[in-house]
Amino acid sequence: MQLSARVLPWLVGLTAVSLILGLGWGFFFTPDDYKQGATVKILFIHVPAAMMAINAWIMMLITSLIWVVRRHHVSALAARAAAPAGLVFTLIALVTGAFWGQPMWNTWWEWDPRLTSFLILCLFYLGYIALWSAIEDPDTAADLTAVLCVVGSVFALLSRYAVKFWNQGLHQDSTILKVGEKDPLDVAYYVPLVICILGFVLFFIMIVLLRTRMLIRARRLSVLQARERMA
Amino acid sequence: MIALLKRDLLLSFRAGGGFGLGLAFFLLVAVLVPLGVGPESGVLATIAPGVLWVGALLACLLSLDRIFALDYEDGSLDLLATAPLPMEGVVALKAVAHWLVTGLALTLVSPLLAILLSLPPVAWPWLMLSLAIGTPALSVIGAFGAALTVGIRRGGLLLSLLVLPLYLPTLIFGAEVVRRGASGMALTTPLAALAAITAGSLALLPFAAAAAIRVNLR
Repeated sequence: MQLSARVLPWLVGLTAVSLILGLGWGFFFTPDDYKQGATVKILFIHVPAAMMAINAWIMMLITSLIWVVRRHHVSALAARAAAPAGLVFTLIALVTGAFWGQPMWNTWWEWDPRLTSFLILCLFYLGYIALWSAIEDPDTAADLTAVLCVVGSVFALLSRYAVKFWNQGLHQDSTILKVGEKDPLDVAYYVPLVICILGFVLFFIMIVLLRTRMLIRARRLSVLQARERMA
Repeated sequence: MIALLKRDLLLSFRAGGGFGLGLAFFLLVAVLVPLGVGPESGVLATIAPGVLWVGALLACLLSLDRIFALDYEDGSLDLLATAPLPMEGVVALKAVAHWLVTGLALTLVSPLLAILLSLPPVAWPWLMLSLAIGTPALSVIGAFGAALTVGIRRGGLLLSLLVLPLYLPTLIFGAEVVRRGASGMALTTPLAALAAITAGSLALLPFAAAAAIRVNLR
């Protein structure tokens, strides 16, 4: 708590700076794409949000495993704190994708593997959050959601491959890691995009810290109330 | 072990066990869809694999909460937890019992419903085969979901929210087998994938489900 209290103001500042810098640069100081026009700038929200949607789930998986192995309560609460953030990132990726797809592919929605996997990821987040809120005893809830998270990760991966098999895609592959290959992402986009990604990562860490602190306080409060009742 | 299996089967066949419910639901889906979509046999034949698989999935879902809920309420689950049979075995047996009552029954009646949805006869064996291979996965995944939600009162809705996303890979590969079977394409890949999902979930999910039950009984 002490450490996070000291880190948080800096983190908020850094997040704001990198998001303003990255998004501002991305929106106002990059050239329009010769094919896509100004819509290409959706990239600066769409890609970081999509990356964080997956990374948030991975972080939940890791913290759930830490909870199962080490029984560290903060770890379980951090997983709980990350879930709504991950859900929102998933929704942002889906919605901005729809706005981007409408002018480019002439459709709001297409049953493309990437889009479908994100919709499925969205369902997994919903189930996870619903299970947390349905169980009253905090330790039971932490245990059960941890099991769900592990099993869900396996099935989310399975769904990803099943969906790929099921339909060929319209969505392009990731080009971020393809520097030097043919058809790379232009440098004019690359730098602000990296700053945006950094901003989204910091933003996610900030939200998780804030929400974990909130959950820890809520837990302390309920313990105090319970003691009050016992006395 | 056999005694437990027998007991579960008997309970589900007796009144209120929900044996007929799943089948009736499956039949209803096959009746409702043509009424909603229209009677053109061409359209029906193209959507039949998906409709039948979705119907089977929902029919399975219908009886999931019965796997553990009744035993949890009357305390027999506590007894089973102290029995010499490990919890993993109990879960696996209960999933098997659930499959015998729903999955196997659905598989056996599926050709009848395939006629209703004018699925071409070449696809019937593939429909039965894919259901026979795929529905055990549905039962054991469902048993896992039921184990997670057994301690929650009125957890039925939550159960479907948790289980349906887990059903997606099975649904995709299962319907793909039938679709390819209907059009005479090579179908070893989806069939193998379906079998792999079933084998994998049968082998691993009882452990996860047993862990969830132990947490719930704590």
